[in-house]
Amino acid sequence: MSRYSIFSLARNALTGHRNWPKAWRSPNPKPAYDVIIIGGGGHGLATAYYLAKNHGVTNIAVLEKGWLGGGNTGRNTTIVRSNYALPGNTLFYEHSLKLWEGLSQDLNFNVMFSQRGVINLAHSDGQRDAYKRRGNVMRINGIDAEYLDRDEVADMVPLLDTSPDARYPVKGGLLQPRAGTARHDAVAWGYARSADSYGVDIIQNCEVTGIDIENGRAVGVQTTRGAIKAAKIGTAVAGHTGHLGAMAGLRLPFETHVLQAMVSEPLKPCLDMVVTSGVAHAYISQSDKGELVFGGDLDFYPTYAQRGNFPRIEEVVETMLTMFPTFSRVRLMRSWGGVIDMTMDGSPIICKTPIDGFYIDGGWCYGGFKATPGSGWVFAHTIANDQPHELNERFTLKRFETGAVIDERGAGATAHAH
Amino acid sequence: MLHIACPWCGLRAQSEFTYANDGTLIRPDLSNDSIDDHYNYVYARDPRRGIQDEMWRHSAGCGQFLKVRRDTLTHEIHATGAPQDDLDVPKDDRS
Ligand SMILES: Cc1cc2nc3c(=O)[nH]c(=O)nc-3n(C[C@H](O)[C@H](O)[C@H](O)COP(=O)(O)OP(=O)(O)OC[C@H]3O[C@@H](n4cnc5c(N)ncnc54)[C@H](O)[C@@H]3O)c2cc1C
Ligand SMILES: [Zn+2]
Repeated sequence: MSRYSIFSLARNALTGHRNWPKAWRSPNPKPAYDVIIIGGGGHGLATAYYLAKNHGVTNIAVLEKGWLGGGNTGRNTTIVRSNYALPGNTLFYEHSLKLWEGLSQDLNFNVMFSQRGVINLAHSDGQRDAYKRRGNVMRINGIDAEYLDRDEVADMVPLLDTSPDARYPVKGGLLQPRAGTARHDAVAWGYARSADSYGVDIIQNCEVTGIDIENGRAVGVQTTRGAIKAAKIGTAVAGHTGHLGAMAGLRLPFETHVLQAMVSEPLKPCLDMVVTSGVAHAYISQSDKGELVFGGDLDFYPTYAQRGNFPRIEEVVETMLTMFPTFSRVRLMRSWGGVIDMTMDGSPIICKTPIDGFYIDGGWCYGGFKATPGSGWVFAHTIANDQPHELNERFTLKRFETGAVIDERGAGATAHAH
Repeated sequence: MLHIACPWCGLRAQSEFTYANDGTLIRPDLSNDSIDDHYNYVYARDPRRGIQDEMWRHSAGCGQFLKVRRDTLTHEIHATGAPQDDLDVPKDDRS
């Protein structure tokens, strides 16, 4: 891999940028690999990278049915944070945030991680107490968190309506200063390029259509580009986790739903952090291109179509405008949807399965982009050692049977309520 | 916007309805002490890419539950009926 640097930039400028080498190869699939990763989103590519880098496993194929990052990796609102309150989540997401902090250097690829801060607004006394408590959990675990009162929030986010007669009056908010946003495509490309440099085969336009199982052991996959054998198979396919599980004969605790997001026309810089409100669900930031990027709830019915419906767009826009009335004349430029795998407790599943050699990384619900590096890290560990890393020990399938669920919202076994 | 035919009120906009659950789930009897059966009812789901039966509630209308046969790839609604109805439109499971 030729390193990207100021010198390579200058050198290539001299030849009109016509001689940049390809960032990764496009090999044909080999008949067999040590490990197959299904899904070429951030999680699958990160898993391949850490398998190679941390565990010396390089005979790997990443199989992607479309193009790299064409799933939720390229469709999300890019919020990265580690403000989780429950054991199992707290330290896992913080490990991921720490990896984000060094990711551009590690990958030699600018993922534009911008630690601009994320604030969760509190609108009631109950919410204020809950956020303070969450902030305390974070601080006890060495994670940065700061509770701001209403005036401090108003200073920090001048365009936010903090007046007492706002539709949802603001009481204060929980700030995580180290949280922020990143460039989503760059995450997929950066991991792909680095994994490729270790010899990982990244194979696009290759859909997995079946999992071959012999005597309770996964031995290979059927694909639109032929059968491929492997001793270990990991799936990181977001909204299609239940579908892939079914190919292996597993009935899993997932429901697939569509989550929409949208951007406005580009504006001059006016919002320099991420603002989220949990009372009427909405989260908003401004991209480096100037667009307001925002989203809210799921469409609330299961679907595999990567597009949502208009009532949700209307509701998200309304909610965003109650927070920022000043954006009312801004035009919406685009909206889109991605299919996400909602679990029954809102937390991920990264584990071995009852089928030897078949591993699952999924259940990312609304928020797996932030987890990309951490998820790849622990999934690689789980596959390489055939046992979990201590950071994903609790993300099992078994927890639903034993009752050790990790339910941050306390919403119970209704997938779309998390 | 989905248009859903409530068996009692007629064709109405999606925004009057709330999705409730997979319409094929049947709660195991309380005398059934198989953990697996209860686990399957509460947690496990079939990923249906294609036509599936669901329960919805006409929450901002008559308040009744209804059964909806809907395609999860196209959002097309093939039939609706009362919860106990057998919907008579062909069912092809594409996945
Ligand atoms: C609108 C929206 C907003 C979001 N906002 C945030 C946010 O602000 N912060 C945050 O942390 N998270 C957010 N998320 C969640 C986040 O995007 C995902 O959890 C994360 O990107 C998942 O990454 P992944 O690599 O697991 O999945 P993906 O990027 O979806 O990759 C999975 C890949 O698997 C491929 N695939 C599927 N089936 C097969 C098959 N049979 N064979 C081969 N390949 C297959 C797909 O084509 C896809 O490319 C959001 C999601 C959406 C949809
Ligand atoms: Zn009705």
